[in-house]
Amino acid sequence: MFRRDGSHCVALFAPDEVKVLRKVASEVVGLLTEGFDHDDPVVGRLFPDVYPDRPAESDEYRRYTEGDLKTAKIDQAGAVLAALPSSGGCEVRLDAESAEAWLRALNDARLALGIRLEIEDGTDLEAELDKAVLQDPTSSRVFQLSVYAYLGYLQESLLDALVR
Amino acid sequence: MAAPQVVPVQTPDTDEVPEAERPWVTIVWNDPVNLMSYVTWVFQKLFGYSREKAEKLMLDVHHKGKAVVSSGARELMEHDASRLHAYGLWATVDKS
Repeated sequence: MFRRDGSHCVALFAPDEVKVLRKVASEVVGLLTEGFDHDDPVVGRLFPDVYPDRPAESDEYRRYTEGDLKTAKIDQAGAVLAALPSSGGCEVRLDAESAEAWLRALNDARLALGIRLEIEDGTDLEAELDKAVLQDPTSSRVFQLSVYAYLGYLQESLLDALVR
Repeated sequence: MAAPQVVPVQTPDTDEVPEAERPWVTIVWNDPVNLMSYVTWVFQKLFGYSREKAEKLMLDVHHKGKAVVSSGARELMEHDASRLHAYGLWATVDKS
């Protein structure tokens, strides 16, 4: 979790955390590059229709804005990858600008996972996790729910450290 | 400094304003993923709103399902929506 140190936000990540963060950031990059598909609900959420009742105008807006938005999202996921070693644990020190890029990147990763996991407004994460563990403790749903919860705590701690 | 003298004008009811003259608005919609603290921070950061105003807007989004976060010319609203999209908020543009 992040804490404030002078003008920086600092966190110590264990090797497993580095692995998870690299995985989710790489998945976001993959989704925005070779895997980019307008029919994917995650892409629909990251690139919302700006005029839900006016498809032609939404498409036009998309033509003008999608490229820049995609680049910004790839860059912010890249900021996470750039701060992490390819293996092992590490300390991450972020200045305000990098901290904001991380906040946006963590948010994109949570949005993507949230759609895949069908997180809804009243979803009780702990209860979902208990249910998934009972069904099959080795399932990918158990892993993804744990990652989703972890990213939420991490994002909250980074925001706390940044605005402190 | 003195406040400028303003002649009071009749402001028509919203219903009577012709559609072409109504401003455009940027709307943020509720979603189950974004953290409340993050949404408040984004409103403060992008629009320069006070913490109180940003928090009230965030709570409106959370409880009412959506909130108007800015209003004005259409191009500006589209710009606001794209900035909100960069932060992962679900924003749309509409006529008020």
